[in-house]
Order: sequence, then structure tokens, then C-alpha cells
Amino acid sequence: MKKLGLLAGLLGLAACIFVPTLLKSHGIYLFTYWLIYVIATMGLNLTIGYAGQKSLGHAAFFGIGAYTVAILMQAGYSFWLGMPLAALVCFVVGLALGFPALRVQTIYLAFATLGFNTAVWLVMRNEEWLTGGTFGINNIPRPEAFGVSLDGNLAYYYLVLAFTVVLGLLLWGLLRSPWGKAFTALRDNPIRAESLGVDIRGYTLLSFAIGAAYAGIAGGLFGSMVQFIDPAPFTVEASIMMYLMVVVGGPGYFLGPLLGAAVGVILPEWLRFAQAWYLFVFGAAVVMLMIWLPDGLLSIPDRLRAKRQSREASAARAAQGAKA
Amino acid sequence: MSEPVLKVTDLKKAYGAIQAVGGVSFEVMPGEIFGVIGPNGSGKTTLFNSMLGQITPDQGKIELKGQDVTRLGPLELNRLGVGRTFQTLQVFGKMTVRDNLIVAAQEHQGTMFSRMFAPGDSNLGDKADALIDQFHIRHVADKKAGELSYGQQKLVDIAMAFMSEPDLVLLDEPCAGVNPSLVGGISSLLKELNQNRRSDGRASSFVVIEHNMDFVMDLCHRIMVMVEGQVMAIGTPAEIRANKQVLDAYLGS
Repeated sequence: MKKLGLLAGLLGLAACIFVPTLLKSHGIYLFTYWLIYVIATMGLNLTIGYAGQKSLGHAAFFGIGAYTVAILMQAGYSFWLGMPLAALVCFVVGLALGFPALRVQTIYLAFATLGFNTAVWLVMRNEEWLTGGTFGINNIPRPEAFGVSLDGNLAYYYLVLAFTVVLGLLLWGLLRSPWGKAFTALRDNPIRAESLGVDIRGYTLLSFAIGAAYAGIAGGLFGSMVQFIDPAPFTVEASIMMYLMVVVGGPGYFLGPLLGAAVGVILPEWLRFAQAWYLFVFGAAVVMLMIWLPDGLLSIPDRLRAKRQSREASAARAAQGAKA
Repeated sequence: MSEPVLKVTDLKKAYGAIQAVGGVSFEVMPGEIFGVIGPNGSGKTTLFNSMLGQITPDQGKIELKGQDVTRLGPLELNRLGVGRTFQTLQVFGKMTVRDNLIVAAQEHQGTMFSRMFAPGDSNLGDKADALIDQFHIRHVADKKAGELSYGQQKLVDIAMAFMSEPDLVLLDEPCAGVNPSLVGGISSLLKELNQNRRSDGRASSFVVIEHNMDFVMDLCHRIMVMVEGQVMAIGTPAEIRANKQVLDAYLGS
């Protein structure tokens, strides 16, 4: 089973390396866009899916990361300085946003984070001296790595892929360590967790901070990809979309963001034939998914397994009844 | 005579005009199983919640191994060696039984930072397996705790309290809602855990709230009877059974 998983992972990675070489620039753009959202929603999946903190402010961190890198690069600093700074700034702001979560939960926390997102968005829109306001920031350059220019779309795609793989492995390691269990314990039952010595304050704050740092890195990559940013992609609506991506993929499933981000980024492209009906089709699909698969697409194998087990159990009971 | 594990002195807690606990004092000795009984509304749960740091008492003192812990929260109390079970089911439903047990002790090892690099089972796998065998839940060890029957979850809940080898375990109605055939099993498990659980040779002390009188009388070394926030009597099960006042107020004839 473990070997099978590793094989599937390697095959998936190989596909991510080779498939874009066959695509035109729009296809490559979509793949890059997808991976950037994978990074952002990996972080959000930690906050929502593993630690159970309902955040509707993730796009704010995405934006803070994008502006941090864009502003620094405009000022002549390297992308490679901007990225860790973007992660750090988002980590610190994420830590601060975690504090309301110590007081309020569920829908109340969602509204608190939504308010935060609105406030950050207003700063982006109104503080023209810093962010360019609604005109945004133009001509954000693509970076170099080891003297190689990543100006080309395919080259930049590989940079994003490398980020995705490294950040994915880091998160995988974190979730396999005792931290993963502590986050899950916090989500499933904070009162019980605290009675077992789990520092629920610390883990709540860190789930926000680490999730925010992932969004910050994704935002930095996003700015350099589209080479122009304005406040539009960082609205509350974008946060809701990211939340939806986590829910659709399967919150608390490690690979959930791969699927969820694909649904959010690639599905709209496929639905282009529907034109004006696109949002209707998308909305209807989400409604049906919430009804039949509230735990997301990746819960399908678990559901099948549970069904089989309950069938076996009832068969066993029936057999026992026949004997008695 | 050794020092008590738990010493409660003149504990008081009122909710508005209602004096839920009105000046309760008692001691629990190392290795002792101490029962708390009394009718509904007699203040048992308020007393328990004070000892667990869930609520802050108005007055009085709670000492754990000689240290004043009156104002500490549940997290600090657990780190100092207080384990607990809950009256209602409180397991981590989406984790396996084994992981439930591991997470119940992992935070007692190293620092938050060092745990980031620790193995996934925090080297607690063997200990978890030993408890799983002791509780006869081997056949469900790899199932998600939320998928188990009520009785099985209750056993997991109790086992979790013992993973970190606490000095003191507070058991809140361990038999509530449990099938009568399992009550005897829980009783003998608790006796066994009281005898030989800890690797350092010392015995854990228990405080048990329970309405099942046969269970309490059989399990506890001493019993405290509470009525209307006051201590009516403290004594051995035999003494409590013979106490006329207790019989009239609570046990009946």
C-alpha cells in the first residue's frame, strides 16, 4: 500500500513535469495557476482541515505575500529575498489573526477573519503610495535561479512546481510528526485535547501562522507569474473560493488541495462551453457535492470502505443470528 | 504517613445565590481510590470542575503533591500529573484508537519544537499497545475511535487518561451509560491500573464520581458523601453503609 502510494506520487510528479511540455502557453499558465492555488490551499487545509479553524481570510495572506514580493522587486531587491520575507510577514500576521480564534469559533471566527480580509483589502486599494491602489503594481519581473532566467512560462512553471513539491514535503513531514496528531486532536475535541496536555492555544495560533505563510509564498509566486497585481484577486470572494477548494477536495485529506484547486482553477476553463451558464453549472455542482459528499472528493474511498465494513458486519450478525 | 496527593481545603463555589459547594475539605493519599457520591445537585460536578481547572473556586485551596494548584487551568494540571475521564464520550473520533492513546501522552515529551522532529508515534507505540491489550481492545486498535460502540469508546476514553502515567486520575461517572456486563470489567481494570500501572513503581490515586453504588462500594477505599454542597460523611465503604444519616439522606434502606 505504501509502495503503491509512492509509485502513484512519482507518476503524478512525472505527469506534472512532462505534460506541460506538450501544452501551449495558455495550458502552461493554467498549470502554474493551479499549483499556486495548491500551495495556498495546502496552508488553508492545515488551518481548516486539520486544525479545524474556520478561516475566511486566506486571500488576505495571499495578497500580503504578493504585494510584499512585488514591492520589494520593484525596489530592486531580489525575488529570493522577497519570498522568505513574504512568508515571514504572513507568519507573523497569521499569528496575530490566530488570537481571535482563541476566543471565538465556528461561524463567529469565520466572520472575524472575513472582517480581517476586508480590512487588508481596503489597505491594498486605498494606500496608493505603497500598493498603487486600484492601478496596482506593473511590470513585476520574473526571477532568476542560479544564473538561469525563469522568464519563460515553462521555466517559471518548473519553479512553481519545485516550490509545491518542497512545501508539500515539509507539510507532509509536519503532519506525520506528533504535531499532526495534536492539530487533529484540537479539531476533533479541544476540551479533551487540553485535558491531555495539548497546548491548544499554541497549536491554534500556529495553525493560522503556518497556513498564512503558505498563502504568502503562493502570493509571491502569483505576483511574479502574472507580473501585474491589483487588489482584485485578494477579496473576501477569493477567500471563500479558497475555502471552497479545501472543502471540495476534502478537508483534512493531504491531497485534497490538489483536487480542490483543480476544481477551482481548471473546471471553470472546461465549463467555458457553458458560457453564461458557467456559474450556474458550477454552483449546482457545489450544491450537489455538499449534499452527497460533505467531506469532499477524497472521502469517496473512505465512504466505500465504511459501507463495505457495515455490510460485512451486518452479514456477520445475520450469520450469528441464524446460528442462535 | 506520606504526603497526600490531593488536598482540598475549605473549597467554596457559588452560582449567584446557589452555594454549589460550601466549604469542602478532604485528602486523597497515594494509591488511594476515593469515591465521591451524593444526590444530583449535591455539588459533585462543581467540585470536580474546580479540581480540574475548568472553573475557579470562590474560596479555598487545592494542593497537588504539596503544590498550590487552585488557579491553574486544565492544561497545566495535566502537565503536573492530573489525568481525567469525561462523563460523556470524549474521544477523537477521526483518529484511530492507537493514535488516540498516543496523542494522550505525546505532549508530555520534549518541547513543542522538539516534537516537530519526533517520530509520528513519539516512541509511545509500545505503551499504547500495552494499554490496548490490557483494555482488551486489540481488535479495534486500528479503527477510527468514532466508529466504535459506546462501551468501546468508553474504554478508550479511560485508557487515554492513563497514557501519561498520572499521579491522580479523576473519573467522572466511568459507568454512565455502560452495559451492566461491562461495569464489572471496568471495575477490575481500574483496580488493576491502581495496583500496577506505573513504571516508576508508585501507584496512581483516583477520585471517582459515580452513581452506581455497587461499583463504588466495591472499588473505592474511602468514600465521601456530599449533600447540598456539604460533606456529610467520609469513611470506608463499610462505614458509609452503616452511617444512619447517609442512609436516610441518600442510600435509602
